[in-house]
Amino acid sequence: MSAPGAKDSILRVRHLTMRFGGLVAIDNLSFEAGRNDITALIGPNGAGKTTVFNCITGFYKPTEGMIQMTHGDGREYLLERLDDHVIARQARVARTFQNIRLFGGMTVLENLMVAQHNPLVHASRFAIAGLLGLSGFKKAEREAVERSKHWLEKIQLIDRADDPAADLPYGAQRRLEIARAMCMQPLLLCLDEPAAGLNPRESDQLNQLLLDIRKEEGIAILLIEHDMSVVMEISDHIAVLDYGVKISDGTPDFVRSDPHVIAAYLGVEDEEVA
Amino acid sequence: MAQSATSLSARLPEALKDAAIAAFISLALFAFIVGIRTVDDPGKLLLQPRPWLLAGAVGAVFVGRLLLNLFFWGGTHTQSAFAPLLAPLGRTFEKASPWLTPALVAFAVTLPFLPFTDRYILDVAIMVMTYIMLGWGLNVVVGLAGLLDLGYVAFYAVGAYSYALVATHFGLSFWVALPLAGLLAALWGIILGFPVLRLRGDYLAIVTLAFGEIIRIVLINWYSLTNGPDGITRIPRPTFFGLELTRRGEPSFHEFFGIPYSPMNRIIFLFYIILVLALITNFITTRLRRLPLGRAWEALREDEIACRSLGINTRNTKLSAFAIGAMFGGFAGSFFATRQGFISPESFTFIESAIILAIVVLGGMGSQIGVVIAAIVMIGGFELFRELEQYRMLMFGLAMVLIMIWRPRGLITSREPSVYLKERKAVSGELVQEGKG
Repeated sequence: MSAPGAKDSILRVRHLTMRFGGLVAIDNLSFEAGRNDITALIGPNGAGKTTVFNCITGFYKPTEGMIQMTHGDGREYLLERLDDHVIARQARVARTFQNIRLFGGMTVLENLMVAQHNPLVHASRFAIAGLLGLSGFKKAEREAVERSKHWLEKIQLIDRADDPAADLPYGAQRRLEIARAMCMQPLLLCLDEPAAGLNPRESDQLNQLLLDIRKEEGIAILLIEHDMSVVMEISDHIAVLDYGVKISDGTPDFVRSDPHVIAAYLGVEDEEVA
Repeated sequence: MAQSATSLSARLPEALKDAAIAAFISLALFAFIVGIRTVDDPGKLLLQPRPWLLAGAVGAVFVGRLLLNLFFWGGTHTQSAFAPLLAPLGRTFEKASPWLTPALVAFAVTLPFLPFTDRYILDVAIMVMTYIMLGWGLNVVVGLAGLLDLGYVAFYAVGAYSYALVATHFGLSFWVALPLAGLLAALWGIILGFPVLRLRGDYLAIVTLAFGEIIRIVLINWYSLTNGPDGITRIPRPTFFGLELTRRGEPSFHEFFGIPYSPMNRIIFLFYIILVLALITNFITTRLRRLPLGRAWEALREDEIACRSLGINTRNTKLSAFAIGAMFGGFAGSFFATRQGFISPESFTFIESAIILAIVVLGGMGSQIGVVIAAIVMIGGFELFRELEQYRMLMFGLAMVLIMIWRPRGLITSREPSVYLKERKAVSGELVQEGKG
């Protein structure tokens, strides 16, 4: 296995273990995600991919191990010690969910405004300046709307800005969830199966969107995906999980031809590949 | 005609069977309630059977159900006979709300001087306004943040006792004590919120219910402070910039303005106080809804996990909703204390929480104008049917059951977005989550 050398990593996961009672969901997993890279985490169903995400974003507290996030200015955050909302706010990690979690009864624009909650609350001085209608808050709110418009144009939903999010078709909801995460201005974007349930055309659009995000925003993307075609096309680096254990790690070409990966996906006996 | 007759005869067996089942159920229900009467004989209780009355009641159910089946429901059991009555009613309110709101405010402002207004009407109006204010306060917690609070009356009690105690012990005037009472209630909201808000849904409801009871029981038993079940008497009345609204005030309102003394002055003054307090509540809530804090409340109601992933501190957000809701409850409580002049723990029973919650749910969760309509209908309607005496509760229950069948999400179901790009489109109630705690 070719471990990526001592290059600039935004996220370092070291010896991560997660046990639920007797079940070991992740076993001693280590991998890195490069700054400005698209890193994919793949593996068969139940391999523990989403559990890794939940550990990184603070929804689970790992049993063992360290998750280190390093910002471009050198600030470091140990994510396993922080609460989920602190990870999102300070460590600037945004995520989407496997089963879309939009605010269905709120409009598309409102969804994006909620994502900018923290800067807006700050500008509204915890609602006091906002209640009085002070200009500092008005300005912050205009900026937030502008940022929302920027992302709505990017995901082609600007015409539906005032419709409830639950009314959008499935593919659009997936895009909106990504846009909502991006409105937080994250440094690491974690996407949990963003291509699930998309048709080939939508899937292509998604690839384009992700490549755009990486190029224009200069952020790192961590991606869980089942669909190998999507993964191979856009990722720079792939880690493969099976039963909570990392079985391969490297470039798409390396992973594609790794016999362990083929065995895990096609179900060949371990002895045959060993 | 012939066709209708055949279909009628074809439906007859089915209708008879259905009516027989209904009659049997009513027999089981009425057997003890109607069929037997207890007579108080000195020293013992006699049971007096009333078979004919029972037969009459069961027979009425049988015949009524049969006729309904044959002529009214057209053979199918749908609610369509009544359902269309209420749905347009809700929609009418929704459409009318742009002019309904100013019309209602104008009506409220002029009410004390309308020709038909007497003391009784104004007293009822004060009560309705108090419940509107309480409904708006609870709406922040239940309607916006989606946290089911069954113990809201606790904050009402905290507000009332805060004012009563500081006024009787330290002689603080109503206007000084009012903010203090609100702050104390908010503080209690936070104290309750801290341990409780990690619970969700039913568990939260049960604990808030318990909290409401705890406060009441403490008020009963802490005799040295609260005077226990005897309550607190001689709570000072509010003054108009220092002028007392009594016959022999020092200085008194009527002498200062040179008008003849009338006990109505005080009632009118109280009405305006609660009107202003309620309007402030409404102003702050509608304003907060458009601010990031209020938007976070609604996002919390929609999906708490997504909120956490967006960096929202859900605990603090819930606490803020609890504290602000409690604060309005506290304001309403001090008003209640100053209006009554006497408070005791009996005024703060669970039924009060239930009525306030019913106002919020019937009006449509999260809807400000819905709360107003529901409060007028429920509190005002309750007064209207005073002649019905004990059947009043029955009517009340029936009305609530019917509304919950036909408008399960309350009268006003649609939600107004807090921010918009091109046009403000109301979000249909079906899409809005009710919150899981």
